[in-house]
Amino acid sequence: MNATVDVELAVIGGGPAGLAAATLAAEGGASVLLLDEQASPGGQIYRNIEAVCDRRPAIAAALGDDYRGGLELVRAFRRSGAGYRPRASVWEIAGDGALAVVGDGGAEVLRARRLLVATGAAERPVPVPGWTLPGVMTVGAAQTLLKASGLAAGEAVIAGCGPLVLLFALQSIAVGAPPRAVLLSEGFGDYLRALPHLPRAVGSLDLLAKGWGWLRQLKSSGVEVVTGVSAVAARGGSAVDGVGFITGGGRRDIDAGLLLLHQGLVPNGHLLRAAGCAQEWDPAQACWRTRRNSWGATSRNDIAVAGDCAGIGGALAAAEAGRLSALDALYRLGHIGRAARNGRALPMAAALRRHLRPRPLLEALYRPPAEVLRPTAPDTVVCRCEGVRLAALTELRGLGVPGPNQAKAFSRCGMGPCQGRLCEATVGRLLSDEPPLAGRTPQTYTIRPPARPVTVGQVAALDGLAEPAGEVSGMLDR
Amino acid sequence: MFKRLPEADEATIEFHFDGQAYRAVAGDSLAAALLANGIGQFGRNAADNSPRGPHCMIGNCFDCLVLLADGRTAQACLTPVAAGMRVRPYDPATAGSPE
Ligand SMILES: Cc1cc2nc3c(=O)[nH]c(=O)nc-3n(C[C@H](O)[C@H](O)[C@H](O)COP(=O)(O)OP(=O)(O)OC[C@H]3O[C@@H](n4cnc5c(N)ncnc54)[C@H](O)[C@@H]3O)c2cc1C
Repeated sequence: MNATVDVELAVIGGGPAGLAAATLAAEGGASVLLLDEQASPGGQIYRNIEAVCDRRPAIAAALGDDYRGGLELVRAFRRSGAGYRPRASVWEIAGDGALAVVGDGGAEVLRARRLLVATGAAERPVPVPGWTLPGVMTVGAAQTLLKASGLAAGEAVIAGCGPLVLLFALQSIAVGAPPRAVLLSEGFGDYLRALPHLPRAVGSLDLLAKGWGWLRQLKSSGVEVVTGVSAVAARGGSAVDGVGFITGGGRRDIDAGLLLLHQGLVPNGHLLRAAGCAQEWDPAQACWRTRRNSWGATSRNDIAVAGDCAGIGGALAAAEAGRLSALDALYRLGHIGRAARNGRALPMAAALRRHLRPRPLLEALYRPPAEVLRPTAPDTVVCRCEGVRLAALTELRGLGVPGPNQAKAFSRCGMGPCQGRLCEATVGRLLSDEPPLAGRTPQTYTIRPPARPVTVGQVAALDGLAEPAGEVSGMLDR
Repeated sequence: MFKRLPEADEATIEFHFDGQAYRAVAGDSLAAALLANGIGQFGRNAADNSPRGPHCMIGNCFDCLVLLADGRTAQACLTPVAAGMRVRPYDPATAGSPE
C-alpha cells in the first residue's frame, strides 16, 4: 500500500502538455513517471484516442482531424520508455515534494526529484437557475461521453459561447444526433470588442477561418441557431425538461431533456494552489493562474507547470510548453547543459508564441457575459455541493461579510466535496467591491490539501506524508 | 437523452443499479453506463436532498456520486464499470452502510 517509487521526474496529467513533456524527458535519459486520472493517455482533447481511432472509425471521423492529429503524440509517448500510471489521481503535493496518489491499488506516496503539473483545464462553471437538475450538463461532459463511450447527445439544447460549443454541435451533427437548438450568448458587441485584437492574430488566419467556417457550417445545417441569448434558465422537477431564455425577439422557452452549458475554460489549478505555488489573477481570461516563467518554473523550486493548467492556450501550445518544461527539467537534473537547453528551446519557444498569438482575439470574442460571472437571479444555486443560493450570499454581503473564507464559515459555501471548484470564482466576485468587473482581483478560498477529496481511511493508510495542516474541507465520510 | 452509437455497441457486460440489471460496454465509466441506459438521476444531494446526476464528467463537480455495494461513495464519472457490479443511488442517509 505504501510502495514508494523514486523517479527523477513525475508528470501529473496525460494531456498534450504532459505527454509531450514525459516523452522528451524520457528520450533525454531521465527516469519519468506520468500519472493520469484517465484510463488511457490523451487528456481532455484526445480522450480515448487510441481505441477510437482503432475501433470506431466513424466516430473518429466525426470528431475531426484535430482529434485524430493527437495520435502521434500518444504513440511517441508509448515508445518513449516513460513510466505510466493510468487511473491515478494525485490529491496532494506535500511540502517536501511527496505525492499522495489514489489509484487502482489504493492510496500511496510517490517521490520524485522534480514535478511537472499538467492537469489541464476545466470548463468554467455556468451558474444559472436550475443548473443542478439532472440533465443539465456541460458541453465538455457530453463530448467526453462521445469520445469515451460512443454516446451521442440526442436533441440537446446547447447554450453558451466559445469554440467548443460550435465544435461539439458540428460533431453531434456528424454522428447523426443534431442538437435541437444552439443558443449563443455572443452578440454584436463581442465582435466589436474583438476587432482591435485582429491585427495581432493575422498570422493565425487559418485558425480564425476555421472558427468562422464552423459558425457558417452550423447555420447552414438546419439546426436552429439563436445569437445574443441571455438569462438562460433550466426548468424541471426531478430532471430538466425545458430551457427559458431572452433574445432580441423577447422571452422564449424550448422543451429540452438535455441542456448543455459552456462558457469557456479555466485552469485546473487546485493542486498547485494547495501546494503553495504563487497565483496571479488573469483579467483577460477572468481566472486565476499559477505564476511561472517561460520554462514553466513556479515559485516552488521543485514544481513546474505546463499547458492549460497554467493559463488557457489550447492543445498545440500545451504540447510546446510541455517540451520547454521538460528541457528545463533535463537541465536541472543534470542530463543536459545550459547551452543545449537554450539551443533546443528556440524553435519550441517560437512555436509556442505562434500558437498563443490568436488568444487575445479569442478571449475578447468569447468573454463570458457578466451575468455568468456574477449571476443575478436570487434563486440561482451558487455552491452546488451545499445548495447555497445567490439570495443567501447577497444577505451575507449585506451583513458585511468581507470575503469568501468568511462566507464559507457562515453559509458552508465551498465546504462540500468539490472544495469550491465550482463556486469559488463566483463567490469571490459576489463578495468583492462594486463595480464588480472593473479589473479588480477577486478574492478566493484558501485551499488546503487534499486537493481531491479522499476518505479518512485513505489518509490514515498513508505513512510518510505530513498531516494536512489546519481546516480540511471536502472529506468524504468513507 | 444519450444514445449509444452502433459502432460503439461492443460486447456488453451486466451490472446492477438500484436492484435492476443493466448492460454496459466494457471500458465505460459507471456514469456513461447509467446514462446509456436512460438513467439521468444518480442520487440526491447531501445538503438539500435535491436530485442530482452527472454534470462535468471530469471528476470536478461530485454530482455523479453513487454508492458501491460495500457502502463506499464513488464518483461515477471516474469509476470504471465492471461485470457484476452492484451500485445504488447516492443517498446521504444510507451512505457508508453496506447493502
Ligand atoms: C471536457 C473538455 C473537452 C475539451 N475538448 C476539446 C476539443 O475537443 N478540442 C480542443 O481543441 N480543445 C478541447 N478542450 C480544451 C483542451 O483541454 C486543451 O486545449 C488541451 O487538452 C490542454 O492540454 P493539457 O495537456 O494542458 O491538459 P488536458 O488535456 O486537460 O490534460 C490534463 C490531464 O490531467 C488529468 N488530471 C487532472 N487532474 C489530475 C490529478 N489531480 N491527478 C491526476 N491526473 C489529473 C486529466 O484527467 C487529464 O487527463 C477541452 C477541454 C475540456 C475541459
